[in-house]
Amino acid sequence: MIRFLYADELSRHPVLADSMFRDRATQFRDRLGWDVTVDANGHERDCYDDEGPLYVIWVQEDGTHGGSMRILPTTGRTMVNDHFAHLNGGVRIESPLIWECTRFCLSPRLKGGFRAALPVSAALMMAGCELGIRFGLTHAVGVFDARMVRIYRAIGWSPEILGTEGSGADAVSTGLWPIDADSRAAIARRSGIAEALAAEWFELSFPAMRRSEGLIAAE
Amino acid sequence: MSSRLESFTEGLTTTDSREGLQGLIERLRDIYDADHVVYHAVNLAGSPYAALTYPNEWVDHYQDAALYRIDPVVQTAWRRFHPLDWRRLDWSAPAARRLLRDAFDAGLGNQGYSLPIRGPDGQFALFTVNGRAGDASWDRFTGDFGRDMLLISHYFHQKVLDVENVAEKAPGRDLSPREIDALSYLARGLGRGQVADRLGISEHTLRVYVDSARFKLGALNTTHAVALALTNGIIHI
Repeated sequence: MIRFLYADELSRHPVLADSMFRDRATQFRDRLGWDVTVDANGHERDCYDDEGPLYVIWVQEDGTHGGSMRILPTTGRTMVNDHFAHLNGGVRIESPLIWECTRFCLSPRLKGGFRAALPVSAALMMAGCELGIRFGLTHAVGVFDARMVRIYRAIGWSPEILGTEGSGADAVSTGLWPIDADSRAAIARRSGIAEALAAEWFELSFPAMRRSEGLIAAE
Repeated sequence: MSSRLESFTEGLTTTDSREGLQGLIERLRDIYDADHVVYHAVNLAGSPYAALTYPNEWVDHYQDAALYRIDPVVQTAWRRFHPLDWRRLDWSAPAARRLLRDAFDAGLGNQGYSLPIRGPDGQFALFTVNGRAGDASWDRFTGDFGRDMLLISHYFHQKVLDVENVAEKAPGRDLSPREIDALSYLARGLGRGQVADRLGISEHTLRVYVDSARFKLGALNTTHAVALALTNGIIHI
């Protein structure tokens, strides 16, 4: 199941939050060897986690983190503009219609192991696409490493690459994903995840009140 | 760009005063057939600023009773960056439901779509379009015009900063060389395909560069962006 949670909502989901930041330490520090900061709790956190981001999280049946990514609007501080603008000819990407997606992470404890990695990745991307469509966005932007290229292709939603530095497994790129119904349909086709499920995930995190619950009806 | 959005652009270009901003808000209400449109900056260079179409009695009552303290729209917008459909907010508190009922009786619509806007120096503003509608027709409205509202809220905010002399930087100051190149080629009348070729990028990427330049210039379409860049001496033909 996918949950959309803002940073200030994580405290209400302590097990989920704790396992997410621990899994990020495992993935980004231990496996990929990135120069990231891990605090005394074993949590990998950076300054963008303090900017009030929205997290898209795959929640496992036991309530722990299965995978996640972090979303911020490009009208505020973003990694792609603060640290990677040079990959894009110095162009800062700032638009109310484009959000940044970073820290794409899968849990080493993911039930189903390697075989679950692709469907969970697809679920996260599908959820991100759904979010963008609901909120009127045109694109998502992100920085990603070489290992992700294959995953995006397998999911059926590849970015347009704006720029790359390094080569082979060390390549880092900035990419742009179009947000539209076609992309959502393509992910659904490749992954087998029903589009209606993405709609349900959205409703779960952003529930609409019914009239019987006290809102005023007007026809 | 929709004809509605274009109509707003025309109004935006000629706006240069507080009265003009108020007029633009009223024009927006008419263009989009909404009941009300509200722009409210909580702290603009230290003081609040608003342009709105709500009835004065409601605004006075809201302020006198400090209703922002219980208003789920304001209380949620502080902590969120996505567009807020009022129906998706938490109205479970009896005081919140009373607020909505009183607002409706005062002439506001029952539905709302509010967009939080944040500026670089802790500026915070809220742009709201409000209407009287059933759930299904409101969903159609936000589906059709949600993207327009995202753009309008930001451009209106930039215009307010401009009119109030809060904006420190000249428009387009932070355009990158590639954005300037793209605009220069467009100004010389090259087609998008030709510009993309010259810059060695795809037309898709070119669109993002131009969109980004438009946003920095406060322009709503490409022609307007090129014109602004020329007037401000950012590009030369």
